[in-house]
Amino acid sequence: MIKVFWAFVKKEVFHIIRDRRTLLILFGMPVAQVLIFGYAVTNEFKDAKIDILDLSRDATSQQLVSHMASSGHFEINEMLLSENEMEAGLKEGSTKLVMVIPQDFSSNFYGASNVTIQLIADGSDPNNANTLIQYATNMINDFRKERLDQPANPYLVQVEMRMLYNPQLASAYNFIPGTIALILLIISAMMTSLTIAKEKETGTMEILLVSPLPPLLIILGKVAPYAVLSFLDAVLVIILGYFVFNVPIAGSLVLLLVMCLLYVVTALSLGTLISTVSKTQQDAMMRSLIGLMMPSMMLSGFVFPMTSMPIVLQYIGHIIPATHFIEILKGVMLRGVGLDAVLLEILILIGMTLLLLALTWKKFKIRLE
Amino acid sequence: MRILAYIIQKEFIQIIRNKALLPMMTILPIIQLIVLSNAASNEVKNVNVVVVDQDRSEMSRLLTSKINASNEFSIVSSPPDDKSAMATIQANEADIVLQIPLNFERDYLRGEGPGIQMLANAINGQQATVGSGYLAAIIGDFNKAIMAEVPIKLFAQRAGAGQLLIASRNWYNPELSYTDFMVPGILAEITALLTIVLTAMNVVREREIGTIEQINVTPIKKWQFILGKLIPFLCVGLLLLTVGLTAGRLIFDIPMRGSIPLIFGYAIVNLIAVLGLGLLISNFADTQQQAIFVAFFFVFIFILMCGLFTPIESMPKWAQYATIPNPLAHFISVSRKVLIKGSDFMDIRMEFIYTALLAVFTNTMAILSYQKQE
Repeated sequence: MIKVFWAFVKKEVFHIIRDRRTLLILFGMPVAQVLIFGYAVTNEFKDAKIDILDLSRDATSQQLVSHMASSGHFEINEMLLSENEMEAGLKEGSTKLVMVIPQDFSSNFYGASNVTIQLIADGSDPNNANTLIQYATNMINDFRKERLDQPANPYLVQVEMRMLYNPQLASAYNFIPGTIALILLIISAMMTSLTIAKEKETGTMEILLVSPLPPLLIILGKVAPYAVLSFLDAVLVIILGYFVFNVPIAGSLVLLLVMCLLYVVTALSLGTLISTVSKTQQDAMMRSLIGLMMPSMMLSGFVFPMTSMPIVLQYIGHIIPATHFIEILKGVMLRGVGLDAVLLEILILIGMTLLLLALTWKKFKIRLE
Repeated sequence: MRILAYIIQKEFIQIIRNKALLPMMTILPIIQLIVLSNAASNEVKNVNVVVVDQDRSEMSRLLTSKINASNEFSIVSSPPDDKSAMATIQANEADIVLQIPLNFERDYLRGEGPGIQMLANAINGQQATVGSGYLAAIIGDFNKAIMAEVPIKLFAQRAGAGQLLIASRNWYNPELSYTDFMVPGILAEITALLTIVLTAMNVVREREIGTIEQINVTPIKKWQFILGKLIPFLCVGLLLLTVGLTAGRLIFDIPMRGSIPLIFGYAIVNLIAVLGLGLLISNFADTQQQAIFVAFFFVFIFILMCGLFTPIESMPKWAQYATIPNPLAHFISVSRKVLIKGSDFMDIRMEFIYTALLAVFTNTMAILSYQKQE
C-alpha cells in the first residue's frame, strides 16, 4: 500500500514540476509580495505636493514658504496667483493641500493682531488629509517659535514615547506574519482545491477512484506535495523578512515552524472541503477567492486593524483561521512570547482544523453522480 | 460581421447558462462593498491603555479619568508596577502603557518639567503612531486645562503678541467620511478584478476541454475571435459597475459630483485594457490553474500598488512610475476624482491617455499571440 501511495505522490510531484509557470509563480509571488510590502506600501509621506497662495508676498511669508519647502515633507507644486486657481490643482489631483497666507502677513506676524493661515486639504482621502494638516500645522508652529523665540514653558508636561518591538516603525513587522498566512492559504487551500476540482472536471477522478487506492490516500497523496511546497514558501518568507527587512524572530524558531505546519494542515483541510463542494475549477477558484482569500486578507487584522471594525465583522474575523494564526505569529516572532501566552489561540486553531477535517470527511463522496 | 455576431451570441449563451456567474455579478459586489467599506479602514479606535500610576496624586487621577472619558481609549487595568504592565502588552491585551512617575504632581507644581512615559506596541507602526499621537494630544489638553487654573500665564504668551491661528478645512469631504473615500475605489477594484479573472480563464477553458480546436478549424479570424471574447465580457464588466454604483448610491449614499457618462466612458476604455490582459494571460497558459495563478499574481500586485489602501504619493519614486502600467490605479483614481471631487475630462486626461495606450498594447498582443495552430 505504501508503495502505491508513493507512486501516487510521485505522479502529483511530476504534475507540479512539469508546470514551470505555476512553479515560478508559487515562489515568485511570495518574493514579490514581501518586496512590494516592504518597499512600496507605506503610509508615511515624503514630498507631498502643496500649492501656496501667498497674498502678502513679503519677506516673512517668503521665509514661511521656504521653511515649508525645506523640510522634505512638502514639495511646492505651484505658487498660485488668485483664489480662483485654488480648486484646479485639487481637482486634477496634482496637489493635496493648499496653504493660504493672508495679506500683511509680516506686519501682523510680528505685531499685536491675530493672523490666520488657511490650510485646505483634499478631504477625499481622509487619512491623508488628516496627516497633511497635522504636519503642516506643526511646521507652521515651528516657524513661529523660531521667529518669535519664546522661552520653554517649565509647566509643560514632557511626554516621552517609546515604540516597543518595532522602534523604527518598519511596516515589514506588520506584514510578514500576514504574508506567511496568505501564502500558505493560497498554496495549500487554493491550489489543492483546484487540483482536485481539475481531476473532477477532466474526468480523471473517476479513474483514480476505481483504482485500488483508498479514497483517503488519494486525497492525502494529492495534498502532500502542496503541503511541502507551501511550507517551503513560508520558510522563504521568514528568511526574506529576516535578511532583507531585519524582522527578528524573537521567540522560539521551533515553535514558529510547528505553528506553520499546523496552519498548513488547516489550510489543506479548507482546500479539500472547497473541492468537495465544487465541480469545476472555475467554481473552486471563485469559492476560494471569495470565501477564503478575501476574508483572510481583509478581516484577519492583516491589512486593517480589527479593533476599528464594526462588531459584526469582528465576530466574522474571529471564525477565520488566519486571524488566530497571524496572532500566534506576531506573538512568537515579534513579541517573543512562549507557548503559554498563545495557548488559547493554538487551541482554537486546532479545534478549527479538527472541525474542518470532520466536515471534509463527511462531505467527501467516493462516488460520482 | 456576421461571424463576429455569432461568436458574441455563443459567449452570451454560455455566460447566461453559467449559474454561478449571475449571482457573482450582482450579489457579490454588493457584499464586497458592504464588508470592505466597513473593514478597510485605518481609523484608530478602541485603543487599550494600561496606566501605571506611581504618583497616586490628585493630578494623576484626573489625567487617568480624562483618558478613560475619551472615545478612542479605554483603560483596561492599572497595575502597580511596570513589570505586570509589560506582561499585559506581551499578551496583546494592551496597546499602550502609560507610566506616571512618582512626584509627577510635585514636579508640576514646582515647574520642574514633569514627565510622563508612554510605551506603545508598534508592530503596526502606523496605528502606534496615530494612537500615541492621540494620547499625547489628550495629555496636552489636560496640561493646558490645569495651566489655566494655576497663575503661570507669564510663560504662556509673550506679552502683547498676537496669535498665529491656523484654520484648516477639508474640501469635498468635510466630515472626512471614510466610506466616501473607499467605496469608489473598491467599486473600481471589484470590476477590474472579476473581469480579469473571468477572461483569463475563458480561452484556456476552451483549450482544456478541447472546444478550441473546433473554433480553430472554422474560418474565424484571430481578431474576430478576440473581439468576440472581449465584447461579452465588456458587457459583464459594465453590468458589474452599474450594480456597484447603484449599491454605492443606495446603501452608502456616496457623493456623485461628476458626470456618470464620463465614468462609464472611462470604464469602457479601462475594461478593454484589462480584458486584453486577461486574454493575453489566457493565450499563454496551458491549464486553467496556470491561468488563475498568473492572473492572481498580476491582480495581487495591481491591488497592492493601486492606491486603494495606501496613497500612491507616499510610495518611493520608482514604485510611483511602476503604477503607470497598472490599469487599476488609473481606474481608482478616476472613480475617486469624478465621484468625490467632480473632476471633468481635462482633469483625468492623463489617466485616459495611459489607459488607452495600455488597451491598445494588451489587445494587440492578445491578437498576435493567439495561435490557431499549436
